[in-house]
Amino acid sequence: MQIYLPIAEVSVDAFLLLGLGGLVGVLSGMFGVGGGFLITPLLFFVGIPPAVAVATSTNQIVASSFSALLAHLKRKTVDLRMGSVLLVGGLIGSTLGLILFNYLRSLGQVDLLVNLFYVIFLGIIGFLMLFESVNAIRRARNPAGKRKPRRHHNWVHNLPFKIKFRVSGLYISVVPPLLVGVLVGVLSAIMGVGGGFIMVPAMIYLLGMPTKVVIGTSLFQILFVTSYTTMLHATTNYTVDIVLALLLIVGGVIGAQFGTILGLKLKAEQLRILLALLVLLVCGKLALDLLLQPSELYSVSVGEI
Amino acid sequence: MLRLLLLCLCFAGAARAETIVLGLSQDSVSITATFDGDDILIFGAVRRDAPAPTQSGDLGVIITVAGPDQRLSVYRKARRLGIWVNTQEVEVDHAPSFYAVATSGPIRDVLRDTSDLRDSITIPRAIRSVGTGVYDSEAFIEALIRIRGNADLYQTQIGGVDLEQDTLFRASFDLPANLTEGDYVARIFLTRDGVPIDESSTIIPVQKVGLERWLYNLAHADPLIYGFLSLIIAAAAGWAASAGFAMLRR
Repeated sequence: MQIYLPIAEVSVDAFLLLGLGGLVGVLSGMFGVGGGFLITPLLFFVGIPPAVAVATSTNQIVASSFSALLAHLKRKTVDLRMGSVLLVGGLIGSTLGLILFNYLRSLGQVDLLVNLFYVIFLGIIGFLMLFESVNAIRRARNPAGKRKPRRHHNWVHNLPFKIKFRVSGLYISVVPPLLVGVLVGVLSAIMGVGGGFIMVPAMIYLLGMPTKVVIGTSLFQILFVTSYTTMLHATTNYTVDIVLALLLIVGGVIGAQFGTILGLKLKAEQLRILLALLVLLVCGKLALDLLLQPSELYSVSVGEI
Repeated sequence: MLRLLLLCLCFAGAARAETIVLGLSQDSVSITATFDGDDILIFGAVRRDAPAPTQSGDLGVIITVAGPDQRLSVYRKARRLGIWVNTQEVEVDHAPSFYAVATSGPIRDVLRDTSDLRDSITIPRAIRSVGTGVYDSEAFIEALIRIRGNADLYQTQIGGVDLEQDTLFRASFDLPANLTEGDYVARIFLTRDGVPIDESSTIIPVQKVGLERWLYNLAHADPLIYGFLSLIIAAAAGWAASAGFAMLRR
C-alpha cells in the first residue's frame, strides 16, 4: 500500500516502512540499542531525503526511549543528577550540531557530512564491538586468560568542579560528563541518532559509573536531547515527517517486543558479533558510496523561490 | 463530450481562421494520503470558420504541462582526498518542477526553433539559468534534464498527441507520485508549418488535501505546535506500547 508522506513529499510503501521500523525494533530489543544509527541509513536507501530522514528518526527515538525510560524509572536505575549534567551538555552539542548541519546544507554538503559521520562512527563502533566479543568468546573458552583490571582512578578524577553523584556513587568533576553530553548532542543533530552507542561506553569506562544505572541514565539524556533536536529540526528546517515517524514507531514498538524475546534465547556474545557485523555492513555500504565513482555525478537540490 | 464540443464550434464566431477548443479529464489533482500518481487527459478540437486551408503547410498540435517554477542548485561531484564530494555548483533560476511536452509529430515538423525560443516549448527552453560562472554549464542543465527525466518529472512524448482528421486531438499525461504542489499550466499550441497560429492555456491546480494538507500547513505555519504534536504522538505511542505489552504479559 503506497502512502504519500506529507513532509518528505514522496510516495513510499507503508508496509516497507512498518517493516523497517519492525526490523530495527527487533534489533533494538535484541541488543538493547536505540537503533537510530540503523534507521537513518535505511531511510536513505528507501529514498527519503537525508534531511527528513535525520530529523524524523530523532522523533522516532523519542518514542522508543520514552517507553524504555519509564521501565528504568520504576526500577530506580536512573541517576537524575548525572543525567541532567549530560543533558545540559547534550543541549549545547545539539545546538552546535544543528548550526553545522544547516550551514553545510546551505553549501550543498549535508549529505557528505552525514555520510562521513556515519562511516567514521559505525566503523569505529563496529570494529570495537567485533574485537570485544571475539575476545570475550576466547576468554570463555580459555578461562586461564588474564582479565584486565578496571582502573578506578584516571585523569577524569583529577579535574576541578567536583560534584557528588549519589545514585552512581561518584564524586567527580562535571567537566567530563558535560563534554560527553556535548559530543552526543552533536551526533544526535547530525546523524539522527540517540547516541547511546557512544554514551554508554563513555559512562562505564571514562566516568566509571556502575553498569546498572548506565542504561537508564543514558535513556534520560537521550529522551530530552532527541526531543530538543526534533523541535530544532521542526522549527528551522520543517523536516520532521509525522506520518513517517508514526509508521516507524508502530513497527519499532512491535518489533522491539519480539526482539526482547528473541534476545533471551540467543547467546549474548554471538548476538554481539552479529550486531557488529551488521553495523560494519551498513558502514561498508556507505563507505563504498563515498569511495567508488557514482553512476550519476550530478545531483539536484531544490531551493526556495 | 467530443461531439458536444464539435457542436459548440458551430455557434461561436471567431476572428482567426483556426482556433482551439479545449477540455480536461479533470479540473484539479488532489494529493491524498494514498496518492500514487495520476493520469490527466487533455483533449480538444480545432474550430474553423472556413474549410481547412490546403496550401499553408501541415497542421501540428503541441501540448505542454508545466509544474510550478523552482530555483535549483545542480551539483557535480569530483574526487577529493579519495572521496566523492560535491565540488561545483550551477544555480538554475527557473526550472519547472514538472514538465511534459507532447507533440502530434516529430518536433522539427511541428515546431520551428524560433517559435520554440519565443514560447519556451521544449524542455531545454523551459529551463532558464543565467550567469553561472562554470565554463560547461550546459552539462549541468543536461544532467538536470536527465535526472528529472529518469524520475518521470520531465517527459517528451513525440507523437503523444493523437490528431484525427486535423480536427480532434487528445493526449494523456502520467503525473508521477512525487509531484510538487501548485498551479500546473497546460498550454496547447496549434501550428501550421511549425509556426503557432493559435494558443490556449488552462490551469490545473495540484494540491494536497485532507490530512496531508493539514499536516503540511501546520508544519510550515506553526512549526512549534507541529514539533510538540510530533513529540506528544511519539511519547504517547511509546507509553501505550509499553503499557499494552505489560498488560499482555500479565
